[in-house]
Amino acid sequence: MYRSNVLVCGGTGCSSSGSKLIIETLQEEIKKNGLEKEVNVVQTGCFGLCALGPIMIVYPEGSYYSMVKVEDIPEIVSEHLLKGRVVQRLLYQETVTAEGVKSLRDTDFYKKQLRVALRNCGVINPEVIDEYIATDGYQALGKVLTEMQPQEVIDVVLKSGLRGRGGGGFPTGRKWDLARKLVPNAPQKYVCCNADEGDPGAFMDRSVLEGDPHVVLEAMAIAGYAIGATQGYIYVRAEYPIAVKRLEIAIEQAREYGLLGKNIFETGFDFDVDIRLGAGAFVCGEETALMTSIEGNRGEPRPRPPFPAEAGLWHAPTILNNVETYANVPQIILKGAEWFAAMGTEKSKGTKVFALGGKINNTGLVEIPMGTTLREVLYEIGGGIPNGKKFKAAQTGGPSGGCIPMEHIDIPIDYDNLISIGSMMGSGGLIVMDEDNCMVDIAKFFLQFTVDESCGKCTPCRVGTKRLYEMLEKITSGKGELADLDKMEELCHYIKNNSLCGLGQTAPNPVLSTLRFFRDEYVAHVTEKRCPAHVCKDLMQIKIIAEKCKGCTACSRVCPVGAISGTVKNPHVIDQKKCIKCGACMEKCKFGAIIKE
Amino acid sequence: MKSLAELKAIKEKMQGQVGLREGSEDGTRVVVGMATCGIAAGARPVLKVLADFVQEKGLANITVTQTGCIGLCQYEPIVEVYEPGKEKVTYIKVDADKAKTIAEQHLARGQAVQEYTVSNSELAK
Repeated sequence: MYRSNVLVCGGTGCSSSGSKLIIETLQEEIKKNGLEKEVNVVQTGCFGLCALGPIMIVYPEGSYYSMVKVEDIPEIVSEHLLKGRVVQRLLYQETVTAEGVKSLRDTDFYKKQLRVALRNCGVINPEVIDEYIATDGYQALGKVLTEMQPQEVIDVVLKSGLRGRGGGGFPTGRKWDLARKLVPNAPQKYVCCNADEGDPGAFMDRSVLEGDPHVVLEAMAIAGYAIGATQGYIYVRAEYPIAVKRLEIAIEQAREYGLLGKNIFETGFDFDVDIRLGAGAFVCGEETALMTSIEGNRGEPRPRPPFPAEAGLWHAPTILNNVETYANVPQIILKGAEWFAAMGTEKSKGTKVFALGGKINNTGLVEIPMGTTLREVLYEIGGGIPNGKKFKAAQTGGPSGGCIPMEHIDIPIDYDNLISIGSMMGSGGLIVMDEDNCMVDIAKFFLQFTVDESCGKCTPCRVGTKRLYEMLEKITSGKGELADLDKMEELCHYIKNNSLCGLGQTAPNPVLSTLRFFRDEYVAHVTEKRCPAHVCKDLMQIKIIAEKCKGCTACSRVCPVGAISGTVKNPHVIDQKKCIKCGACMEKCKFGAIIKE
Repeated sequence: MKSLAELKAIKEKMQGQVGLREGSEDGTRVVVGMATCGIAAGARPVLKVLADFVQEKGLANITVTQTGCIGLCQYEPIVEVYEPGKEKVTYIKVDADKAKTIAEQHLARGQAVQEYTVSNSELAK
């Protein structure tokens, strides 16, 4: 029996900042102090506050250590674990107040969050099925198999108002209902899980798979029972090695326990799950392309109808849901549709997980009730913009979405509100931009991504995105004309209307959205040949203000191309012909004498 | 696994472990003084007895934690029991056997073991 649990994050974020070595050192130190029978070290999934990783929580006290270093471990073990003296200076400083240490739940980062899909992330060891079972795991599967008819399961999901968390927001219950009824007497049906998370900056699905893989398996089995399928496939990208490994372990353990396989709970229900690895093509996140890829073909979309519910994988009725969608299902079954429907807004129920990134203090993973405003997410949970900079916009939905400018910062986040301002929920990447970001450059960045990721099947997408990219290039290099802006808009609509799948239909969104809210920036690039944020290299210069320059020579020493000349204690000058605008001199200057303009 | 009952059994077996991570704030807190003085006087086995008892009996609303020096070094090992709405009970010079009695009488049945408390010692007289 253990008296204390030490939870160390083993998600991708903390793993890359060295949590594995921390776990090893921790175990060594614990052994040295003879505590190995008293203190249990648990590797968990993501806690959410990735910016402060590696993270370690000691229970029962709930002490939250952030940015833990290997050198700190001996002190934490000998002081805290042995003697019970919390090492205050190593705690997450938000939790340390004048009155003492406050609970993590009361910190700004966690206070407004509501963890449903992420409830086990950072709590259980994802590689131990017993820990999942201890937190009500597989109870929902037991309940549906022994107490409910398939149609009842679908009705509960329908009534809960759960909508697809992968981006489109299609009602999950309707999808299941169609797959159950559309083809009577289908000999085979399939349940698929879309874990091909491809948006730049999005990592919620990865975190669920890494932190709570069994929830996906359980939900898929429930879905299988509901629609009458016996086989499931999880399509996950090979770039997620930790997620894949934990899924494999989870599947193996579930099979061992008889929670996957034949005759589950002796009810005669068979269900098994296999993993299919994707090679990382963005288009394979689109449902028809994903299924084509599972079938072993090149990942290209095909026209719909027929929809997958009618003829999907190998032409059998198939449902495809996203990881986060599944993560909600077992709790809806256990706690009831009403419980779920009580959270969120009128048309968007429950919670949504967002991956906060970009110019934000608390980079990480947050789960909020639908209807929370962007301002609350950014300033209360996210801790605001670093360095006192001004917020400019937030991009949701990645390369398929659009930006939310300052004027809409108080809009409650849900599916319909985001669509109404030209963005979309997407899978949940939330990239924050401040006054130093050029919106034309941002649009160009996302276009570059879709140009690379277009599968090439439809000409409007394959050629259109490329032409659109070239126009943006022309504008950012200072050769644009005002007529280009209208031409771009026209091309955007053309691509949207004439592409087969979601990739092409949404690829122009970043351009349309920035044109809508930040047209003045485009105009400045075109007419004044000026980049207001000083990002586009062809439209800016780096200069030294002679009055502020002390002649310390730091800049000229760091310049990689020898563009800065001047003598000691005399103002320096940048040779614009040589300057490559790398900005290295600006970082070195202690006097703020070097500026972009 | 054949039945829901087996699933339930695993759940119950594991609950003591995972339940620890909820950090309940409204339950009873049992605090063992574990500074150098406490450890030297033998606080470790005391802590172990209490922690094991709570988990074996599945007393979900009780957490056992350590603390630093309470200040009464000559009366270590010291165990303090904080129950919501009740006055704190301080046990002194606890050993493993006394800890077992405290666990069985106080933690399980809610009856403080008066003879081991500080208020019953020479200190209070």
